[in-house]
Amino acid sequence: MAGGLLTNLIAAATITAALAGCSEADFTDAEKRTIVSMSLSALAPLASDPTNSFADDPGAAALGATLFFDTGMSRDGNVACGTCHKIDRQFQDDLPRGVGVGETNRRTMPLAGVARDPFFFWDGRRDSLWSQALVPLENVLEHAGTRTAYAHYLKRRFGERYERIFRPLPDLSTLPASAGPFGTPAEKAAWAGMSDAQREGVDRIFSDIGKAIAAFERSLVHGKTRFDRFADAVAQGRAPSAEDALSAEEGQGLRLFIGKANCSTCHTGPRFTDNHFHNTAVPPVAGLPADRGRIAVVDEVLADPFNCVGKFRDGGEEACGELRFMQKSSPELVRAYKTPSLRNVAGRPPYMHAGQFATLEQVVNHYATAPKSVEGESEIHAVALSEGERAALVAFLKTLSD
Amino acid sequence: MTSAWRMVVGAFGLVALAIGFLSVVFLTAPAAPGPDLARSKNSAKGLYALSIAPEAGEPRQGELHAWVVTVKTRQGAPVEGAAISVGGGMPEHAHGLPTSPEATAYLGDGRYRIEGMKFSMPGWWQLKLGVSAPAGTDEATFNLVL
Repeated sequence: MAGGLLTNLIAAATITAALAGCSEADFTDAEKRTIVSMSLSALAPLASDPTNSFADDPGAAALGATLFFDTGMSRDGNVACGTCHKIDRQFQDDLPRGVGVGETNRRTMPLAGVARDPFFFWDGRRDSLWSQALVPLENVLEHAGTRTAYAHYLKRRFGERYERIFRPLPDLSTLPASAGPFGTPAEKAAWAGMSDAQREGVDRIFSDIGKAIAAFERSLVHGKTRFDRFADAVAQGRAPSAEDALSAEEGQGLRLFIGKANCSTCHTGPRFTDNHFHNTAVPPVAGLPADRGRIAVVDEVLADPFNCVGKFRDGGEEACGELRFMQKSSPELVRAYKTPSLRNVAGRPPYMHAGQFATLEQVVNHYATAPKSVEGESEIHAVALSEGERAALVAFLKTLSD
Repeated sequence: MTSAWRMVVGAFGLVALAIGFLSVVFLTAPAAPGPDLARSKNSAKGLYALSIAPEAGEPRQGELHAWVVTVKTRQGAPVEGAAISVGGGMPEHAHGLPTSPEATAYLGDGRYRIEGMKFSMPGWWQLKLGVSAPAGTDEATFNLVL
């Protein structure tokens, strides 16, 4: 009879909890520790970037902000960083693939917290925020400009500001108007025709442009959401205020997120990312060039003249551990893409590295069913989730936006 | 009729008692034993005694850090000039380490620095150390839970 009483008590407690909504008392101690670890309050201060001496220079950040929104920083004068990284849209563009001079092959990434990444782009093909900023400037589908054109433009428009922050500008008067390693055949030939010293002088200015933009981007941070206020209440062992409490459905989604659905295995910590690359069998987009993810760019980041071991890095080489010890040949890198942060995720469909999924529901269904990858092995295993559980996960994800 | 009714009630009672008993057993059972977390152990073939320690405090998730591996013979003599290989991963997720750590320095007294370690996820990690020295080639697997 005692057993029957216990069963009834458990049933009654379950029903009461479901009716009452979700309070911090519903979570186990282990779950509470995980929840607290995902609060923005648990985020460590942003580390310095010794590879960029100007990373925390306000003048450099101000120049970087100017350059970030300046459409003059492109071949046709119509594309700025801010064209795709829209300031009022979480610094992304709501499109499946970003559109600069042409349509790219990848989804534009939001920028809040970006300075904390060890590698950049969906596939990690650059190893610093400042070297990342240089790639779109020369990509023919994005800004489509050339290195000497940017150097001339910077001197003409911002020369005095640049010299006050960085260093005296070299004489650029004898350099081609437009030359660089990724331009038209004529521009490439003009670049090859310059002396080593001339090319290095232009590369120095170019790397400083990246360092200024990076200094600005370091200021882009996530704001607290309802989830954070809930997690902070959990941390302090108090009941959340009425407006910060999670509904029963949101609480169920949170428990699934950190439990049975295994989301927090990769979407971990206050930024909801492990900063790593995984094959999760996200399907390719028909019509786009072959895309093998991380494995395809290992050689590129190692050979990048602006990488951490290159001559444009400030500070010592001891800062280059991420590049030095990065995985270079594992089969797990095939079709592996970066784990994106999930903060504010509900406000920026479509999802995945090429905008493959239009809704969060589709994303959750993908991870629940775990299809096979077209190439390589997916790390995802199917999880039996009911319709209600999938809806609960989506409801929880929305608490990362409020 | 009455006796059948009694049997039904009795059956319910027995089921309730069984559920109660199982609940008590289930609720008081010890948690499943975790992996062996010893940081000193003999290598698989017994050639070496290995111990590992993080170089600068317990590692934090997502941070690149270094370990010091101490290699001694079973008799306790430090092993110098060993080639150390580093592997591992997360057995529950069937993936390897997120980085390619290397033994980068010999620190004396059988101690070797392993740089480039990173645990990108919480959970159970394995660190597999291979040791090649004049006494032979052997390996040891350490479990770490973050």
